[in-house]
Amino acid sequence: MHNFEFVKPSTIAEAVKALAREDAQALSGGQTLMPTMKQRLAAPAVLVSLTGIPEMRGVCRNGDALEIGAATTHAEVAREAAAAYPALAGLAGGIGDPAVRNLGTIGGSLANNDPAACYPAAVLGSGATVVTSKREIAADDFFQGLFSTALEEGEIIISVRFPIPERAGYAKFEQPASRFALTGAFVAKYASGVRVAITGAGQDGVFRWSDGERALSASYAADALSGLSVSPDGLMADLHGTPAYRANLVKVMTQRAVRAS
Amino acid sequence: MTKVTMTVNGKAVSGEVEGRTLLVQFLREGLGLTGTHVGCDTSQCGACVVHVDGKAVKSCTVFALDVEGASVRTIEGMANADGSLGTLQQAFQDHHGLQCGFCTPGMVMTSAALLAENPKPTEAEVRDYLEGNICRCTGYHNIVKAVLAASGQDVSAVAAE
Repeated sequence: MHNFEFVKPSTIAEAVKALAREDAQALSGGQTLMPTMKQRLAAPAVLVSLTGIPEMRGVCRNGDALEIGAATTHAEVAREAAAAYPALAGLAGGIGDPAVRNLGTIGGSLANNDPAACYPAAVLGSGATVVTSKREIAADDFFQGLFSTALEEGEIIISVRFPIPERAGYAKFEQPASRFALTGAFVAKYASGVRVAITGAGQDGVFRWSDGERALSASYAADALSGLSVSPDGLMADLHGTPAYRANLVKVMTQRAVRAS
Repeated sequence: MTKVTMTVNGKAVSGEVEGRTLLVQFLREGLGLTGTHVGCDTSQCGACVVHVDGKAVKSCTVFALDVEGASVRTIEGMANADGSLGTLQQAFQDHHGLQCGFCTPGMVMTSAALLAENPKPTEAEVRDYLEGNICRCTGYHNIVKAVLAASGQDVSAVAAE
């Protein structure tokens, strides 16, 4: 790993200032960034740790919404969101392994936008709002393709605000070595309708399955999806599965998510 | 180089490190605590697990400077005050929970974190919690048995094969 200057600010303002420096990079839990740096796929000059900023940590319920600080770890979300939003807590508790969950954060996962990560499915499936150091970004506008998001240079995720659904579930078909989703489905039912977000399957990362949403909005039951088929166009192909295999998993995992909700 | 200060196994320690110095490098090379092992160096195998402020983490995937001021516990801090093996360590010995021993420091530290959270885990809970710790001797059954025994549970019914 190339060397860098390490800084750990204690306020958002200091972090924003540090990230304005040349070749500065934000570090959250580091569970993806550090392996990337070891492979020299990333070599920042300045690394700005975001885990020492108190206002970016913690889970807080405000009425019908659950607000989670960006530097809150998966283990903390699994514990502290369990009462208000069990599907989200369950998703967080299934990421990686216990040691990874003690360091990895929701903000880090979202900023990275790995096409097989779990959190993007929860955020898009809940129609959550990503609150940054500059603005608020709707989930539908946030995810913009493989490892790419609406975040601008130097912009930091501060928190994520989830509207709490009537019912929700998450099911992932796990790649057993990496524990990422080979395909995962997050389903959330609101008064306004049902949202379905799929991770691990799309060539452009997380996406909404609109046919599934329409069917579940009309009738919220796993059987309501029985007659649907998913096109393999635009789905990922790798050594773990073909697009057609993933297309089938989209439907099967969505049905399992509905049953789990 | 930057000065880093932390508590390791109850003792205040400090040293000069680079930004890129990993916690495991500081422990092994800076402090000579070579009980913590580096297996894969890619946060998959769990041989390097230590506790930071009571939580199990993979010390190959933490920067030393990011745990400034923290309380760290390593395998060297698991023995009793008189130097005899701690309960969990003794259970690993009694139930043949180690073969080559390379993964053992991480297995013991992860298991200790589990028992702190969940003092009487089921066999399934032990296996689930150890998901991020790999034993290439594949000695998992006896490791699970050792953890259950350390929790004070009867292990005579745990499958041997």
